[in-house]
Amino acid sequence: MKIHEYQAKALLAQYSIPVPRGRMASTTAEAQKIAAEIGDKVVIKAQVYAGGRGKAGGIRIVNSSGEAKKAASQLIRTRLVTHQTGPEGVPVGKVLVEEASNVTRELYLSILIDGASRLPVMMASEAGGMEIEEVAQSTPEKIFKSYIDPAIGFQPFQGRKLAYGMDLDGGQIGEATRLMTNLYKLFIDKDCSLAEINPLVVTADGKLLALDAKLNFDDNALYRHKDIKELQDKEQEEPLEIQARDWGINNYVKMDGDIGCMVNGAGLAMAVNDLIQYCGGRAANFLDIGTLNNTERVVNSFKMFIADPRIKAVLVNIFGGMARVDVIAKGIVEAYQQMNIYFPVVIRLAGTNLEEGQRILAESGISFIQARDFYDGARKVVEAAKGVVK
Amino acid sequence: MSILVNESTRLVVQGITGSEGSFHTQRCIEYGTEVVAGVTPGKGGSNHLGVPVFNTIEKAMAETGANASLMFVPPAFAADGILEATEAGMPLVVCITEGIPVLDMVKVHRYLKGKSSRLIGPNCPGVMSPGKCKVGIMVGEIHLPGDVGVISRSGTLTYDVVSQLTSLGIGQSTCVGIGGDALPGSTFVDILKLFQADQDTKAVVLIGEIGGTMEQEAAEFISHKMTKPVVAFIAGSTAPPGKRMGHAGAIIMGSAGKTSEKIKALSQAGAIIAPTPAEVGLTTKKVLVGL
Repeated sequence: MKIHEYQAKALLAQYSIPVPRGRMASTTAEAQKIAAEIGDKVVIKAQVYAGGRGKAGGIRIVNSSGEAKKAASQLIRTRLVTHQTGPEGVPVGKVLVEEASNVTRELYLSILIDGASRLPVMMASEAGGMEIEEVAQSTPEKIFKSYIDPAIGFQPFQGRKLAYGMDLDGGQIGEATRLMTNLYKLFIDKDCSLAEINPLVVTADGKLLALDAKLNFDDNALYRHKDIKELQDKEQEEPLEIQARDWGINNYVKMDGDIGCMVNGAGLAMAVNDLIQYCGGRAANFLDIGTLNNTERVVNSFKMFIADPRIKAVLVNIFGGMARVDVIAKGIVEAYQQMNIYFPVVIRLAGTNLEEGQRILAESGISFIQARDFYDGARKVVEAAKGVVK
Repeated sequence: MSILVNESTRLVVQGITGSEGSFHTQRCIEYGTEVVAGVTPGKGGSNHLGVPVFNTIEKAMAETGANASLMFVPPAFAADGILEATEAGMPLVVCITEGIPVLDMVKVHRYLKGKSSRLIGPNCPGVMSPGKCKVGIMVGEIHLPGDVGVISRSGTLTYDVVSQLTSLGIGQSTCVGIGGDALPGSTFVDILKLFQADQDTKAVVLIGEIGGTMEQEAAEFISHKMTKPVVAFIAGSTAPPGKRMGHAGAIIMGSAGKTSEKIKALSQAGAIIAPTPAEVGLTTKKVLVGL
């Protein structure tokens, strides 16, 4: 789960990590008021989940509260298009109004879980303000890493190693070590999957300051962090994905094609989408119905296809294991009874209770295109979407 | 032969009395797996599905000689269950549970270091050696005893691949679902090592997906240590970056997580890449003919 920069900075502040003075505004009047309180030069930052805001014009530096109002009005309730968003962009509902900082150096600091060592790793670099993957490719010697033993936590020597790696000196070493220790504590306390301060800046008076902040959280751990879960901004999410979750379909991702897919299992669902593309079509979604054995989620999947005007044809591909084919078949029949299925539906069933499932579909009299296997299903649905077969 | 599980496997089921635990324990028994014990704290001394239930895994092992455990424990308690089995010295722990917090698994992995237990999963379908033993939730009937090893991050995609193999008359030595989480107990490399050492496995089918670098590490192993042919398919070539595709570990963060990078590494290492998920069986057949 993602949260906004202003929320991430509030959490950093709770853990004694220095952040610029500022507040969130959701109206231009609020933005003007906050700017007047801070005085003189302020920064107006669009609050969106996507990165690349600076280059996209989502960050403005202004010199008065009047200018702050104007900048806020150009951002709030508009859509911001960055290199990480689609051409339709993401909605800007809020801005962060912050004091402008006098920056002398831009550094990088982050914590994430390293898959190979299966440990949290703290990464630091003197090359802040740019994407870390670029740094890793162009100047990997500028990235310093410290793997953290979860049994003993982050240790001062690790802080010193990283701080010297970022070419800090004097009192900054202790300051940076304390900051890193606090960031690690936040990471563990809140079950983060990523904590990134980029840039971490050195100000003109030699102090460290988190100029930007990104915190992502482990979805699997949200059950023990109600406070974090509440921070989610649904406006930043894809409306079809929110709709799917509301209907109990947690594994739904919108894609850019016109073929609706309903599959059980994440790997199979990805493979189905790949195969559709191989056959010359494009999936409109990734949808893993999971293994709950009730018809409701099947019916709701069809509701999703009806709710998505792009859909030209649908492929149902079920390999029953924990999920039973007869239950899925019943769900499909219920969906046909409840709504007007105006698009062709290709169905491929295999696995647990297959015969019973096939009998249910055959006796229901519903109109569908049967596929004998995985490949056959993908080919037929691509043809159906092109209007070749009805 | 086979790896991990066979006729001598004596299974204890952690969470045997729950609905999923009951359902799948029954299926394992029907397949012929010797289920010798169950563990549910508070229900020790009772009997479930004809299997004695114990309060702790330590007691279950002492009384029944169990040498493998299968876990159906809810996500909030699953890490504790793995730790309990590890502390008791359980040689093989297979965890089905989906949704365990990553930081819980970080602690588990730290604890597992230097211990004798091998963990498979979590968030996996389990392990089975066709005709011998099933420790998991996979569909038993689609498997056929034979000499091809299967390793996969996915459940149902593996069923599809296994049924492709079986319909072509290609049997399997052991099928291992390592699971869809970001930090699996056993990686591709861990299982490839076992298949390489197993005399009765002639070739291996590897089903990977987007996210992480486990496939690249497998490629490294294949290129230097593996003499048996490996057929691979990587799912998710159409997956958009930054989106979690169902599995906790299936998310493209940076270029290493993409299918193109994984396929490149595997094919440079000498693995044979199946062009589509529907052709893994046929690709494997061609490889076996050439042996």
